[in-house]
Amino acid sequence: MSIQKIYLDNNSTTPCDPRVVKAMLPYFYDHFGNAASRSHPFGWEAEEGVDYAREQVAELINVSSKEIIFTSGATESDNLALKGVFEMYRRKGNHIITLTTEHKAVLDSCKKLEKMGANVTYLPVKGDGLVDLEVLEAAITDKTILVSIMWANNETGVIQPMKAIGEICAKYGVLFMSDATQAVGKIPVDPKATGVHLMAFTGHKMYGPKGVGALFVNRKNPRVKVTAQQDGGGHERGMRSGTLNVPAIVGLGTAAELARLEMDQDAKRLSKLRDKLEQGLKDNLEEVYVNGNVHHRMPHVTNISFKHVEGEGLMMTFNQNIAVSSGSACTSASLEPSYVLMALGLGDDLAHSSIRFSLGRFTKEQEVDMAIDMLTKGVNHMRDLSPIWEMYKDGIDLEAVEWTEH
Amino acid sequence: MAYSEKVLEHFKNPKNVGTLDKTKRTVGTGLVGAPECGDVMRLQIEVEESSQTIKDAKFKTFGCGSAIASSSLATEWLKGKSIEDAMKIDNMDIVEELALPPVKIHCSVLAEDAIKRAIKDYKTKNEIAD
Repeated sequence: MSIQKIYLDNNSTTPCDPRVVKAMLPYFYDHFGNAASRSHPFGWEAEEGVDYAREQVAELINVSSKEIIFTSGATESDNLALKGVFEMYRRKGNHIITLTTEHKAVLDSCKKLEKMGANVTYLPVKGDGLVDLEVLEAAITDKTILVSIMWANNETGVIQPMKAIGEICAKYGVLFMSDATQAVGKIPVDPKATGVHLMAFTGHKMYGPKGVGALFVNRKNPRVKVTAQQDGGGHERGMRSGTLNVPAIVGLGTAAELARLEMDQDAKRLSKLRDKLEQGLKDNLEEVYVNGNVHHRMPHVTNISFKHVEGEGLMMTFNQNIAVSSGSACTSASLEPSYVLMALGLGDDLAHSSIRFSLGRFTKEQEVDMAIDMLTKGVNHMRDLSPIWEMYKDGIDLEAVEWTEH
Repeated sequence: MAYSEKVLEHFKNPKNVGTLDKTKRTVGTGLVGAPECGDVMRLQIEVEESSQTIKDAKFKTFGCGSAIASSSLATEWLKGKSIEDAMKIDNMDIVEELALPPVKIHCSVLAEDAIKRAIKDYKTKNEIAD
C-alpha cells in the first residue's frame, strides 16, 4: 500500500494548478520566441502572451498593467523595491522602517542597505503579531523615505492593518512598500486603495510556477521609480533587465486570473477546514495554543504550539505522511527558534513547540481529518517521551527548575 | 534533512522509556538541557550494589529525533555495564553509531552529559568518591 501524503505546507509553496500548466505549455514550443524580438511573429506571439499575463496580474490587484514589473520571484521583487527605492531616493533621506517579523528577503536587504548608509528601524510587533500604529507613527522622521511592512505573515498568517498604515505613510509623505507574497491571490489585495506604492508577490504561492514573480510600482500620485538592480537590455521599463521568462509569466497570469475568480470560494472553504483542524486538535489535546491574532489572519493558515513537545521531534512522528513546517530551531541549521514567534513574545519553549499548518486549494476535508488524528497520536507519543510533560503533570513549577543550559 | 535508519528506528521504537524511583538509594538521575534550548534529557540508572553494575536504565527526552535516539541508545549501552565502563562512553561513539550530522552533535554531548550526571548522582547518594 502506498503511503498517502498530505500537503499542509502551502505557505512554503503551492502545487501548480493544472490549468496553469496547460496555459504555459504552448510557450515552451509553439510560441517560444523572445518577447523582446520586435521584428518577427515569434517575438510578437511571445509578447502577446506576456501582455495578456500582465493584464491578468494587474486585474487581480486592481492596478494598471503598466505598473507590473515581472521578476524571478518575491525575493527579487523585495530586493528591487528596497534597494531600488533607497538608491533612487537617498538624497531625500536615508531612513527606512520595517518590522522584526518580516521575511528574510526584506530583513537581509535592509541589513545590506545599512552597510550602504541606510538607517533602518526594525519595529517590534505586539503579542498578537500586529504592528502598533502609534509606535510606527512615532518612528517616522523627516529622514524617512520608506515603510516596508508585509501584508500577511508567512509563519502566523497575521494580516497587518494595511489601510491604517497607508494613511500614516500618506500623512508624512513616505513611500509604503509591502511584501504581499502570502496575501496576493488568497485574500483581496488592492494596493492603490490601501496606499501601498510598491508591492512584491510571486507565482508559486498562488498555484503558479516557481521562478516568476512581480513588483507593483505605483505610476501616478505619486509616480514611484526604482533604480534597476540588474543591468542589461532595459526590459520592464528599464527597471529589470533580462529576457522575459515567457512560459512562467503566462503561468503567473493564468494563476492570477484563477485566483481572482476562485479566491472567495477557496477562502470560505479553507477557513472552515482550518477552524476544524484547530478545534479538532484543541478537543483532543491539552495545552494547545494558537499563535498570533486569530481575528486578523489568513483564512488557510494556523500556527499552533503544543506545549512540552519539541516541534521537530513531533514532525518526525508524521512527516512520512503529512507535510507541515515547524518554528523549532532544529529544522534549520541555525539552532535558533523562529524569530517571528519570538517577536510575538512567545518563550523559547513555546516557539520550539510550534507547527505551522497552511491549507490550499487542493486540500480535502478527509486530509484534515487524518491530520487531526495523526497529530493527536504524535503529540501523545512525544508527551509520553517528554520529561518536562511528566514534570508539568506532577505539578512541578518548570520555571523554578534550574536547567543546565548547554 | 534526512535521518539515518538507526535514528528513525530509535525514534519510532524508543528503548527503555520510563521513570525510575529517584528517591531510591540505588537510582541515579541525570537531568540535562533546558526547554529554552529545545532539548531536555532525563536519564536514570539503577545500580546493583554488590557488583556495581547497571541493572536498569530509563530515559525521557524532550527534543528532536536525534536527541531521542541518542538517549535511547545510551540506555541500551548502559544496561549491564559496570559504572566504571559507563563513565567511558564518549559522545563520539554515539555520533558514529547513529551517523549524526554535525548540526546534531550537541544531542550526543547531551547524552554523555546525562550519563555522567546520573552516575554522579548515584555516587553522591551513596557517598562514593569519584
